[in-house]
Amino acid sequence: MEDLLAARSQMALSLGFHIIFACIGMVMPFFMATSHYKYLKTGDLHQKNLTKAWSKGVAIFFVTGAVSGTMLSFELGLLWPEFMEHAGPIFGMPFSLEGTAFFIEAIALGFFLYGWDKFNKWFHWFTGIVVGVSGLASGILVVAANAWMNSPAGFDYVDGKYINIDPVAAMFNDAWFTQSLHMTLAAFAAIGFAVAGIHALMLLKNKNKQFHWKAFKIAIVYGGIAALLQPLSGDLSAKDIAERQPAKLAAMEAHFETSKSAPLLIGGLPNEDTKEVDYAIKIPGALSFLAHGDFEAEVIGLDQIPEEDQPPVLITHIAFQVMVGLGMIMMALSLLYFFSHWKNKNWQTKRWYLWLFVLATPLGFIALEAGWTVTEVGRQPWIINGFMRTKDAVTPMPGIFYSFLIFTAVYVSLSFIVTFLLYRQIKAVPTTYEEGKDQKKALTPQ
Amino acid sequence: MLYVVIIFLCLAILLYLLLGGADFGAGIVELITPVKLREKMRTIAYETIGPIWEANHMWLIITIVILFVGFPTIYTVLSVHLHIPLLLMLLGIIGRGTAFIFRHYDAVKDDMQRIYNIIFTYSSFITPLFLGIIAGSMIAGEIDTNATTFYSGYIQPWFNYFPISVGLFTVSICGFLAAVFLMGEAADKEIKAAFTRQAKVLNIATVIAGGIVFLAAEIEGISLMRELVTNPFTLVILLLATASLVLLWYFLGKNKKVLTRLIAGFQISMILFAVGLHYFPDFIILKGGNNLSLYNSAAMGKPIITLGWALLIGGVFIIPSLVYLIYSFQRNRSVS
Ligand code: HDD
Ligand code: HEM
Ligand code: HEM
Repeated sequence: MEDLLAARSQMALSLGFHIIFACIGMVMPFFMATSHYKYLKTGDLHQKNLTKAWSKGVAIFFVTGAVSGTMLSFELGLLWPEFMEHAGPIFGMPFSLEGTAFFIEAIALGFFLYGWDKFNKWFHWFTGIVVGVSGLASGILVVAANAWMNSPAGFDYVDGKYINIDPVAAMFNDAWFTQSLHMTLAAFAAIGFAVAGIHALMLLKNKNKQFHWKAFKIAIVYGGIAALLQPLSGDLSAKDIAERQPAKLAAMEAHFETSKSAPLLIGGLPNEDTKEVDYAIKIPGALSFLAHGDFEAEVIGLDQIPEEDQPPVLITHIAFQVMVGLGMIMMALSLLYFFSHWKNKNWQTKRWYLWLFVLATPLGFIALEAGWTVTEVGRQPWIINGFMRTKDAVTPMPGIFYSFLIFTAVYVSLSFIVTFLLYRQIKAVPTTYEEGKDQKKALTPQ
Repeated sequence: MLYVVIIFLCLAILLYLLLGGADFGAGIVELITPVKLREKMRTIAYETIGPIWEANHMWLIITIVILFVGFPTIYTVLSVHLHIPLLLMLLGIIGRGTAFIFRHYDAVKDDMQRIYNIIFTYSSFITPLFLGIIAGSMIAGEIDTNATTFYSGYIQPWFNYFPISVGLFTVSICGFLAAVFLMGEAADKEIKAAFTRQAKVLNIATVIAGGIVFLAAEIEGISLMRELVTNPFTLVILLLATASLVLLWYFLGKNKKVLTRLIAGFQISMILFAVGLHYFPDFIILKGGNNLSLYNSAAMGKPIITLGWALLIGGVFIIPSLVYLIYSFQRNRSVS
């Protein structure tokens, strides 16, 4: 494997792995704070057990998120030294603020996990909220850094040098808001559906019904609201890209030729040689409307982008279709939940109903990974859009393939262990938190 | 502002060595603890280190962020030429962090525990070893930015006596710090005695390893020893560190928790301080002499200014809450 390809694969693998855990760190604290709040208000022991059961899961994920994040801060330099040498001082601002956010998160987590029955209960609850808010803040900050790679700002590029650096302007680049908004919603949607799915499975198995039903409800309300807002925010992102990164938009939509009232393609297999898209459903004018809010508008196609600046079309297009398709399914499921909640509670006990949510467990994560593929692969061949090419940024050290192999082995084994541990946690729920019986035991802190 | 950033950088490195070091050291101590006491020792380690574990490794991340934002050339040169030891250190960090949490949170306690323990103890050894190797390579003067072969570019910079001896030195420092720390936390007599014994053994090991570092420096032609001793300032610092050894041994026998910790921390800080002072402002000694210093590689202007502000503002939030975290768990432990 060529070094550049190995480095790209390693980066993609590490980020794709980290994002899963990062989302858990951003979202689960809010779920826990909700059940914790309900417990404190009503004294419902299920809610307390739920908070504890979730927090044990989160501790496992949190450490995996932390170590994979630590690896990333080194990998940026290990794999892309040339990029970091120039970009570090420019887009470093969010990272240095993120350091603070992480710290606060870590400190608050120390209080939260180890503080049961040791502090004032509302102080303890509040530390949980702090974990969530600072996790969210760090997510938004890194995404702002990534947005800078898509939409560079805050410097002048003169004779190959990056001068007049302004880190604040770099952080508030044009893309930071749309990307952070979309990412935050994605995190809530993905985790909401995943958690709801797991508890739905438990309900199907008729285990601890009350416990799992309460868990399901908290998760699906968060996830459902996010999934309803997601397409709106996605549309904002798409309009933004049409302005800023026409090459990415063209690749996403497999739009080979510049045209007015461009059609939106649903599905389809782009053929990069013939510049045709096979098997696609075309909706006339819809792409023009989505990108520019006007059915007649001209949409730039790949023919206007120099060959050497074109991103890979096949991957970007498929990833985009996957994200949008899954987003639609999740939106429909959210509507189903809210409808059943208000109109037809009966459905909620039906097997088909629960099965739908069980099947939806991984959808948010798949959409999330697909969305990042769109963003990152769609930016190629640039690492800093329009300024530095990925191939010029890669480390001079040979043999990156071996490091890629090592990382793959590490991530694969970590995934196995984490899944295994989570499986054991979930299996242990009925014994640790048996309903009614043994409530005393469940009450004592570990 | 450059000085604010430099102070934070030094502070982050020092705190990582002290707090993170005690954390790594727990694994090293576990490695040399008699098997029958290990279970109890793990419980103590978990209770004392668990709540602050996350915060400890943040110092490393802060260090990295300060480097890539404020001193990008330093960060790049390190990541290119010390790629291999950095990678190995990372593997150690992953191994110990995950094993530490997994073994506690695994809902079923079975044979998996053995595996977690093995990973935890060995990666606790590997991480500080390579951390020290990296630190040693920075002053060994073998990093060659014009290297033409794989060996001279990516192996030679760290694979020689001096960095490796610094690595071993770091391992013993971490073990020593952990033993001193855990000693104060153990309520059980037998365990306490075991930790005290280990603190002594590891202290001796540290002194010996320190001697080896100087020897290795001589072999590699690094005039570290002579220069540290001839500069009156660093000489005084080193003498203070040595003198405090006597105090340390005295208090180790007397079972004084706070004093022993302070002295141990003082010793390690003094060693780092002497070496840091000796090289300041140089950060990486390059082959051929074009050293990278904290002055010549700083991203002057707005990047340093905003970084300084970010650190100051962060410090206002972080330091009080960290102190409160440590304080409240200490108090809770002594109450229970
Ligand atoms: C649960 C996950 C999820 C779902 C259901 C969706 N997205 Fe998304 N999308 C993401 C998760 C995501 C993401 C992984 O979070 C990305 C990658 C970068 C980013 O900021 O968000 C993303 C990026 C992303 C981009 C590229 C942004 C850029 O490169 O700057 C666009 C245009 C869209 N999305 C549009 C949509 C539309 C129109 C959706 C309609 C349903 C949609 N997304 C659903
Ligand atoms: C966590 C979510 C993210 C995922 C899943 C992700 C995914 C990817 C993928 C698939 C690639 C390879 C693209 C290719 O070479 O074809 C890549 C490259 C890269 N990403 Fe991201 N990315 C994420 C977030 C970020 C963030 C927040 C940053 C930095 C602030 C970042 C920095 C980079 C860099 C430096 C590269 C290598 C250069 C390049 O290929 O352009 N990524 N990422
Ligand atoms: C879109 C992409 C990303 C998001 C949303 C994100 C978000 C987060 C969050 C919420 C955490 C908290 C850990 C947890 O709760 O499990 C975390 C951890 C971490 N992330 Fe990321 N991150 C992203 C990409 C990156 C990149 C590119 C880097 C490196 C440059 C990075 C560095 C770190 C580090 C060092 C940690 C560990 C901090 C700790 O110990 O808590 N992250 N990330």
